[in-house]
Amino acid sequence: MGNVLVVAEHQHQKLTKATLVALSAGKQLAGKIGGECDAIVLGKDVNDLASELASYGASKVYVANDPSLENYVADAYATALCQVAKDKGCEAILATATAMGKDLLPRVAAILDAGMASDVTGFNEDGTMERPMYAGNAIATVSINGSPKVITVRATAFDPAAKGGSGQVEQVAIKPQSTGTKVVSFSETKSDRPVLTDARIVVSGGRALKSGENFKTVLEPLVDSLGAAMGASRAAVDAGYVPNDLQVGQTGKVVAPELYIAVGISGAIQHLAGMKDSKIIVAINKDEEAPIFQVADYGLVADLFKAVPEMTEEVVKLKH
Amino acid sequence: MKILATVKRVPDPNATIKVKPDGSGIITENLKYVVNPFDEIAIEEALRLKAAQAGSEVVLVSIGNKAAAEQLRTGLAMGADRAILVLAEEELDSLAVARILQKLAKDNSADIVIMGKQAIDDDANQTGQMLAALLGWPQATFASKVESLESDDEKKGVPGIVVAGSSAKVVREIDGGLETLEISLPAVVTVDLRLNVPRYASLPGIMKARKKELNEIPVGSLGVDVAPKLKVQKLEPPPKRQAGRKVGSVQELVQVLHNEAKVI
Repeated sequence: MGNVLVVAEHQHQKLTKATLVALSAGKQLAGKIGGECDAIVLGKDVNDLASELASYGASKVYVANDPSLENYVADAYATALCQVAKDKGCEAILATATAMGKDLLPRVAAILDAGMASDVTGFNEDGTMERPMYAGNAIATVSINGSPKVITVRATAFDPAAKGGSGQVEQVAIKPQSTGTKVVSFSETKSDRPVLTDARIVVSGGRALKSGENFKTVLEPLVDSLGAAMGASRAAVDAGYVPNDLQVGQTGKVVAPELYIAVGISGAIQHLAGMKDSKIIVAINKDEEAPIFQVADYGLVADLFKAVPEMTEEVVKLKH
Repeated sequence: MKILATVKRVPDPNATIKVKPDGSGIITENLKYVVNPFDEIAIEEALRLKAAQAGSEVVLVSIGNKAAAEQLRTGLAMGADRAILVLAEEELDSLAVARILQKLAKDNSADIVIMGKQAIDDDANQTGQMLAALLGWPQATFASKVESLESDDEKKGVPGIVVAGSSAKVVREIDGGLETLEISLPAVVTVDLRLNVPRYASLPGIMKARKKELNEIPVGSLGVDVAPKLKVQKLEPPPKRQAGRKVGSVQELVQVLHNEAKVI
């Protein structure tokens, strides 16, 4: 009892970085409540992943293997997870606020009649937690009463767990889960670039780029010269210039890289909510009144169609 | 089909939000309130599903104080059939809201509940998923579609949720791309930005809305436990960034990033 149970996420037979972030947050929370940090991996044939997770310092890693868990679906994963949570007992259930974490954990909370705090950015000594509200215009201190407590954490607020320690892996028997959901298809955006939420440098483009073609010919060379990930404003995604999973913002991806370069992005509140924790922010925009300049550390008022190719050239020169 | 769509009254997303000096809330003087943008998309989708299946009904639900009737009238003006306002003065967390919606979904024999994926005030993104669990129904969150918002299908008002008998296909925006799920009905769907472009209420719509049924129910009469488990203790403004500066040229920009900020 009094333990934290971290829910692992895996894709293409590999643990995601978000899982290591959750483990790190889980260990922090466990330290504060005086318990252990355990983890659970659900899926089909996921013993290797469980062993790997154990090498990152989880005390115990529960493995729930079943063919019915091969593809993630909310209802089957929620009932399986709740079965284990009830059997083993835990004070808190935690995951990173990825698409899966956001989809799954509230369902788990309701089944367990538990209070939930989503997108938590910090744990306080007195048991309260911090989370953003109003598109990040307020930071709320919240408390959950009762047990267990269900928590998702913001991926950018915790460093991923480092290797160290060796936890025990324990098989848990899972009934085959029934489901009213079938995964018909997954159309994945393929890219050789760094993952947007993990990259050290992010270059984002806005509607001012005017076309998907311009994203390719004007922005991408800059992105690649910096070895960066590429992001976009909502307007650029809505217009169909780039796929949806590039959207940075309040309801898209939240990023906090060392360097964020906003190209042709005006800086709407909802966009800022997704990037204002970046260490250094650069804005390139031809409108000097654009709100983005209020959060930028360095601002360049210029026509992006001239400035971006120039900058690509300068960066390439720098690297040689 | 009996379609339930939820409506939350929230501050205008373009308003400048400031925390009160005592941290007890946000400053609400002169604040404009609107339908949660994601709920507008939910109402729009509900109306499209209704148009696609004869004999359907769209019922709107909001939970809050009497002022929320304004947002329900907006939804009725868009074309919904009737509305329910659950009067509640107290702070409700997502689980309490889900319990109230569970009762209403059952009482109104809903075949599908469509909700915004999150409210732009608390940004919780929990209620739809919790409701699905309480009802024991499948869920499809972050519903979107493959076709762009500028496509012909979108302009013609084709629904993004494709209902076929007792199941529905829903495209979801997830981390790496778009996933298509087939869910059995009844189900809960939460909607994301790119599912549709909500219609404006027309003047005739606004006139008709005044006569449509808007039923006010005190939350106490529902027999639902609404004691909150999640409580907001206080609010603080976010950390302020140091003021930045403008640079005069691309060359200067690259130079400062390299030598001063040392990030490239």
